[in-house]
Amino acid sequence: MSELFDMGKYGFYVWSSYALFAAMLVWDIVLPRLRERRVLRAVAQRAQRERARKDTKSENAA
Amino acid sequence: MNALLLWFHQLGSPPNFHAFAGRWAPWGYAIAIPLLAYGIYSGLFVVPADYQQGDSYRILFVHVPSAWMSLFIYGAMAANAFIALVWRIKLSETLAMCCAPIGTWWTWDARLTSELVLLFLYLGVMGLYAAIEDRRAAARAACFLALIGVVNVPIVHFSVTWWNTLHQGATIKLIGKSTIDSSMVAPLIAMTLGTKAWFVGSLLARARAAMLELESGKDWVKRMALRTSA
Repeated sequence: MSELFDMGKYGFYVWSSYALFAAMLVWDIVLPRLRERRVLRAVAQRAQRERARKDTKSENAA
Repeated sequence: MNALLLWFHQLGSPPNFHAFAGRWAPWGYAIAIPLLAYGIYSGLFVVPADYQQGDSYRILFVHVPSAWMSLFIYGAMAANAFIALVWRIKLSETLAMCCAPIGTWWTWDARLTSELVLLFLYLGVMGLYAAIEDRRAAARAACFLALIGVVNVPIVHFSVTWWNTLHQGATIKLIGKSTIDSSMVAPLIAMTLGTKAWFVGSLLARARAAMLELESGKDWVKRMALRTSA
């Protein structure tokens, strides 16, 4: 088993390159989701602020 | 307008693209994951060690697809940049700009100076895009750079034949007989197709998010944001 992970004497070289590859894929799948969520949250907050401002304005007018 | 052209035309509309990308991006990942899993497993544990390079050659199964992806994505970016510049299609601008970061990820495994130049081109495209305030003007400037940089793509491809350096010559050929051991071909093909499918998923997901940000002042985004936050 240890032989399998040892890869001759190239264990670190081979495994780190695969690890980097895997880490990059995980990062790549997470990133757009985070961005999408951040944009939607910002837009929702802005819309709610605008709505609140409109409400106070109409209250003041009345 | 025929049906295909109409479909294509409608796809360019941001809300339609958002729905389309949301629907198809998971399929890109879904196709990619088993292919990559098979390729990685086989590349690490099944195929024999190289007669000269021993086990160290096993990085081949991520190294080669990565190098190919760096070129392939550059091609995709340049094609979208061309469409964006000629027909001024917003979606193409976004797609081109979303290619740049993905392409950069794959270029870490650079092979030669020409790959380094490719890396700088990717960074240049992203830098230029980030440097100009107006998103659409920025995209057009960066698209222009992407299009000029396309001359580097054949240079990377032929660099192994033109200059005899450390890198070995091509052993996989579409025309003529490949000189790679046949047992290594299957995992390599799986990795190649897997990374392509992954790119499709990733590009759709990234362009979807970028489009949403670009359109964040529009009503359809506002409605969607209020719906998801409620």
